[in-house]
Order: sequence, then C-alpha cells, then structure tokens
Amino acid sequence: MPAVAFASQTMSKETLAIEREEDIVQVRKRARALAQARGFDAFACAALTTAASELARNVWVHGGGGEATLEELSDGTRFGIRLVFRDHGPGIADLERALRGGYSTARSLGLGLSGARRLVEDFEVDTRSGEGTCVTITKWTRF
Amino acid sequence: MTRAGPIPILRVADVLLTTIHVDLQDTIAAAFQEDVLLEIEATGAKGIVIDISGLEEVDTHVARILAETGSMARLTGARAVLVGMRPEVAATLVRMGYAMGAIETSLDVEEGFRLLGAWPKG
Repeated sequence: MPAVAFASQTMSKETLAIEREEDIVQVRKRARALAQARGFDAFACAALTTAASELARNVWVHGGGGEATLEELSDGTRFGIRLVFRDHGPGIADLERALRGGYSTARSLGLGLSGARRLVEDFEVDTRSGEGTCVTITKWTRF
Repeated sequence: MTRAGPIPILRVADVLLTTIHVDLQDTIAAAFQEDVLLEIEATGAKGIVIDISGLEEVDTHVARILAETGSMARLTGARAVLVGMRPEVAATLVRMGYAMGAIETSLDVEEGFRLLGAWPKG
C-alpha cells in the first residue's frame, strides 16, 4: 500500500436516459443496486437514492428530460457513488433561492435541490440560462 | 365501485387500510387519491391507515402526495394515519427539511388502528 492517499479512481460508469417518468424509477433503482453492492448501510442507501430521485425528477419536470451518469469510485479506503444529472432545459433562474429550499413550483415542495444537497457529502451545480443544468453529487461509505 | 388505480384499499370494520407497494408516479398517485376519497364516501369510513412499510425511499414528491391524501381525507371527515415508515426514510425526510406535518403517523398498522380506535377487542 502506498503511504500517500491516491486520487479517487473510477471503477465503473454508466449512463441512463431520463425521458419518461418511469426513467426516474430506473435511475433510483440502479443507484440503490450500486450502493447496496458497495456496502452502504440502509441510511446511506436511502439518502443516496432519495437524492437521486429528487434530481432525476428535476431533470424530467424542469429540464424537459436529460440523462444520469452513475459512477462507482474508490479513494483507496472508501467507496463512493457519484451521480451526474444533466438536462438541456432553461436552467435554474434563481439558484441561490433554489438551494435555500422552499422555492416551490406547482408540482413540488421546492425541497428537491436543497434537500438532495443535505443528503450527500459532495454537491455541485452548474446551471446556465437557456443551456441547461448539471448537478453532480457524491456519497461515500463511512469507513 | 369503480376504482381507477392499482393500489387496493381494504375495509376493516369502520376503517380503511391500504398498503403502498408501487411507485407513486403521477398517474398512479392521482388515481390513488381519488380512490381513497371514493372509498371513504362509499363506506363512510371514519379513518384510513396508509401503510408505507414497503417503501425503501420516500422523496418529496411521494411525501407531498401522502400529505395531500391526508388533507383530502380530512376534508371528507376521515382521519388518515401514515404507518410503517422505515427509520432510514424518516431520517432522510427530516434531513431534507421535510416533516409530514399534514398527516398523523403511527409505528405500524396495529398502532394506526389503535389511534383510530378501531383495534378489535379480545
């Protein structure tokens, strides 16, 4: 074993389309399967899959469809699951407000983005007006 | 009785019991809410126990549907009790900043029936 920690390595990567409401279920199920296989406990599995569900729904409802990339990582001591959600929708007009929570639309509680952020260790949003939104989340095993 | 959705609703004494075992996508969710209201009207049930022990995750979309269903039931004079929420589901919802404020909750089906005063004696 090297004495220094090495950068996280990708162990697998797959992309799923989000074009219909049923696709949200598929993304969530696949995220759960990966997390369970890597030894995430029930709380971590629920956190990751719920965040996946929120973000996949955002792609479908607000982004007019898109895709999710699911990646298995290892940093040498822990396993991680990274999920990237991409859409080519209008972008998030008021990102700060959306991240604060309660930025509700007719079909949601407005807690999707802010809620997902609280469930994972790493969270990044890149949104551009008229071009789309990309949200990246990563959850790691505890030990 | 015409029921639109795939989620069965059972009558037990004067209370209804339903177990959510499928994903509550938009069309199913709307049909479920309508079915609950129709069953309450048809049976005169004083309450409904909604069992979600089969759900491994509840996102804010599903949480909203469940809370709405509780509010709808209440408007028709019935109490709705959500039961069987898994520990990891409860933790996740609260961490996201959501609490099921609009609907009563109980540990399991038996406790839900007790809350509605409907647990059979003996």
